[in-house]
Amino acid sequence: MSLDDRIPNNVDLHTDRRLQKALEQWQPKFLDWWMEMGPEGFQTKDVYLRTAISVDRDGWATFDHVKMPDYRWGIFLTPEERKRPVGFGDNPGVESFEEVPGEFRNPLRRLIVTQGDTEPASVEQQRLLGQTCPSLYDLRNLFQVNVEEGRHLWAMVYLLHRFFGRDGREEADEMLARRSGDPDKPRILETFNQPIKNWLSFFCFTMFTDRDGKYQLGALAESGFAPMRRTCQFMLTEEAHHLFVGETGITRVLRRAAQLAKEHGGDVKAGGGIPIEMVQRYINYWFSYSLDLFGSEISSNSSDYFAMGLKGRFDEEKKYADHSAREGFLEVPVVEDGRITIRQTPLRNAMNECLRDDYIKDCEAACKRWNRALEEEGAEQRVTLPNRRFHRHIGEYAQHKFNSAGELLTGPDAAARVAAELPNAEDEAWVGSLMKAVTKPGAFANWIAPPKVGINSMPADFEYVKL
Amino acid sequence: MLGGIDLRGYNRAMADDSAATSRGFTDFETDPSRYRHWKFSVDGAVARLALSVQEEEGLGPEYTLKQNAYDLGVDIELADALQRIRFEHPAVKSLVVTSAVPRIFCAGANIYMLGKSTHAFKVNFCKFTNETRIGLEDLSKHSGVATIAALNGTAAGGGYELALACDQILLVDDGNSAVSFPEVPLLAVLPGTGGLTRLVDKRRVRRDRSDIFCTIAEGIKGRRAKDWGLVDEVPSKTGFDAAVTRRTDAAAAQSTRRAATPVALPRIGLERESDAVLRGRHVELRVDLGARVADLLLSAPAADEPVERAAMLQKGAELWALRAFRELDLALLALRLDLPGVNLVRVRTKGDGAMVARVDAALLANADDGFLNEVRLFMARTLRRYDLTAKSFFALVEPGSAFTGSLLELLLGADRAYALIADDCGQLAASAMNDGALPMTHGLTRILNRFCGDERAASAARKALSAGALGVEDAEQAGLITMALDDLDYEDEVRLAVEERASLSPDALTGMEASLRFPGPETADSKIFARLSAWQNWIFQRPNATGPGGALTNYGQPTRPSFDYRRT
Repeated sequence: MSLDDRIPNNVDLHTDRRLQKALEQWQPKFLDWWMEMGPEGFQTKDVYLRTAISVDRDGWATFDHVKMPDYRWGIFLTPEERKRPVGFGDNPGVESFEEVPGEFRNPLRRLIVTQGDTEPASVEQQRLLGQTCPSLYDLRNLFQVNVEEGRHLWAMVYLLHRFFGRDGREEADEMLARRSGDPDKPRILETFNQPIKNWLSFFCFTMFTDRDGKYQLGALAESGFAPMRRTCQFMLTEEAHHLFVGETGITRVLRRAAQLAKEHGGDVKAGGGIPIEMVQRYINYWFSYSLDLFGSEISSNSSDYFAMGLKGRFDEEKKYADHSAREGFLEVPVVEDGRITIRQTPLRNAMNECLRDDYIKDCEAACKRWNRALEEEGAEQRVTLPNRRFHRHIGEYAQHKFNSAGELLTGPDAAARVAAELPNAEDEAWVGSLMKAVTKPGAFANWIAPPKVGINSMPADFEYVKL
Repeated sequence: MLGGIDLRGYNRAMADDSAATSRGFTDFETDPSRYRHWKFSVDGAVARLALSVQEEEGLGPEYTLKQNAYDLGVDIELADALQRIRFEHPAVKSLVVTSAVPRIFCAGANIYMLGKSTHAFKVNFCKFTNETRIGLEDLSKHSGVATIAALNGTAAGGGYELALACDQILLVDDGNSAVSFPEVPLLAVLPGTGGLTRLVDKRRVRRDRSDIFCTIAEGIKGRRAKDWGLVDEVPSKTGFDAAVTRRTDAAAAQSTRRAATPVALPRIGLERESDAVLRGRHVELRVDLGARVADLLLSAPAADEPVERAAMLQKGAELWALRAFRELDLALLALRLDLPGVNLVRVRTKGDGAMVARVDAALLANADDGFLNEVRLFMARTLRRYDLTAKSFFALVEPGSAFTGSLLELLLGADRAYALIADDCGQLAASAMNDGALPMTHGLTRILNRFCGDERAASAARKALSAGALGVEDAEQAGLITMALDDLDYEDEVRLAVEERASLSPDALTGMEASLRFPGPETADSKIFARLSAWQNWIFQRPNATGPGGALTNYGQPTRPSFDYRRT
């Protein structure tokens, strides 16, 4: 098998000796990691996967049954038809950086390492879920998400290997050395150290946490560092499926809950489903943890990244007229003297908050669709997103307690009131008890409704994973 | 008030004069029950200081102390805790300095606080924190308390400098926690608490590696931090506590700390009679801001001051030697931080010099007692603080003065000494305390330093002093007095000298005095202060740091720094 077949790419890998050498050394380590930390128990099975073999319309999504370790993790940069200059920051209009400018080396590396570290982390978090899949359709989706997170790791590692020399190679190795939830070598961001013990958490994770990825990648896809911009653009095309898995997964759980409620006089548990209020607590948990990923509300790093032209806002080029963001303020609610007050924050220092705003709007739209599904099923109950201040571990609100409505809680019971809106041990036990593998083609676990259509328009009883 | 300008407060926050002055004098005294930022505990032979900075409890209202970053208030607590380990916890043989905040040990001095401070405040803040760090080293070297920095999270800037002042450094290897000096790459200033000096002088981190380390804002972690000698050990997260305990216990077992009974340090609280007078039991500081002059007066011990071991131990914290020097210490800190308008200090002593000599002798004879040895070490540190205070010091020898032994050091350390020739005029006398028990920062005795390292002149003067009390004319002959003057000339000559001095540029005087005060060799400590005064303070004044385009000015702002790239 030629190099380009083994590692599909559009970065002229066969002509780049240095990159070849680096990847040849890294690839076996990656496979070792995949075998150790990838989906447990399914490595030898044929899975109906989408593989990107080129960036054109036909090439980026070719479907076939593949064994996961044989998945061809490739390197793709979205081609750019026009010359695109640095689009924002202190020097808009200058030529994009094709190589790393020395003065930005450390911040760029940090951005890439932080983003890259999340990709293998989620694979690790999800590695046991296959054993309790609610259907072959879901099992396949899990694995699709997993292999693509693996590919996204490749994408980031490519940047490290290609542009950061020895330091980059060391960082690439470190990505494989850290482990989600490991007490000694945890993943960089706390959200990626939280265990994903059941499929409801998996759907919440792909809905909320992967969606943070969409916004981070979207902001980096505006970067003045062209290789990163183009890498992230391509990653975004794949990310959409992950978000789809998450959002529709939650929709299906809610639909089923509503159906079971009808059948069992409102007692979803009696019907073997997950009650809507329990789903709400999982939403509260994962939404709040995912908000942490955007960083501090007021941040000098975010200002620097923007000023340097490295990380823009979401849809920076399309959405905004003023790309310098030197003027203007964002009103950030902060806690002062025990009260919530507004702090006028210079826009650049509030870039994390801008991104978080866009993210929340996106989540709200999904929330509306969930409630529409509940309405369709004739349920009265609705789900909501908690306020952004609720249950935070990073930023202005981390030092204080808020309820899901965003009200500041004081007093000795504050922590308990926060905990009351999060999944409790009973919820975990109940959801856990429902997690039993359903592997008959076309069959679905009782607690989740089937999807509307199959993957790649396959029929309902298609054998997505050959067990 | 002078010409409508309040010279008393430093206007710590430049934007808000009124707040700074209404805050009044800085309180340098605290005790563990009042600590806000450090969790201090003692368990047998091990003391533990865990940093947990309360964001909203900064000394000034105009900044929050994020990420375990410190301000003067945090450092005052640290300095206090070290004092208490010395005096109140003689059983302690090792000290662990760590953090009580997850993932972050300490982010150093708070940048917004620095950005909002006046230059004078920054300089004196740095000086104080340096003295605390050197005190930490002194605690290990001279008191036998091993110090271990247990970095259970990232140590940036001043955070790593604090660690560097400890004997050993452990850094958790969690894939994330690093040690770093982001000052140069991020702020365009220098690490201000001896970090650069300790990197190469103390830890001997190879020059090229130090060079790289000091230009990577995010620092170095894990294995490489150990390989480069930036830290001593990089235990895993789960193995961290055990590794700290192992080193702590091993260090405690090797300790040579002298036995002592605990002596509690009560609050002294120099009394403020008016804005013009600070009064303690043995020390008085009178301030004349109009003339930019202060008068510092130290009293010798009374006749009933105990000099027998048992009685001295009985008296504890109220011993003259401890009480008087604690008061002197507070007076010096007030001069530095709260009395910037004072340019010159006239230093006088009064009382029975013979009592000073007896106390000195008793302290040295009983140096095997941990407490009495600590008293002497404290006197030494306070005198070094005196040497390093940016005021002109003129010692005045007048009738009834007591420049003997440890108090003679004040005269020897002064920039000039004037004496009045009179029948009952004061006399100078030495004690064994002048022979190396109270060394200066650069290692010399003040007598030797006075003669710029000329051993022959110094020993001649020392001999003259030990033959008994030395009259001022003989003292002038021996080179110990700048000018001995009779009563016809004295008052006017001193007045003129003082007025003339107080009229000169305070900046030029600070630099001049710092250059003239320390002839002879260098030590790591003296290098640290010299480089702080020269390089760090220079860079703090440069446009690339604090000008409109400077990195410090623009830190946390939506704007990026723009440098003048011409080298100086």
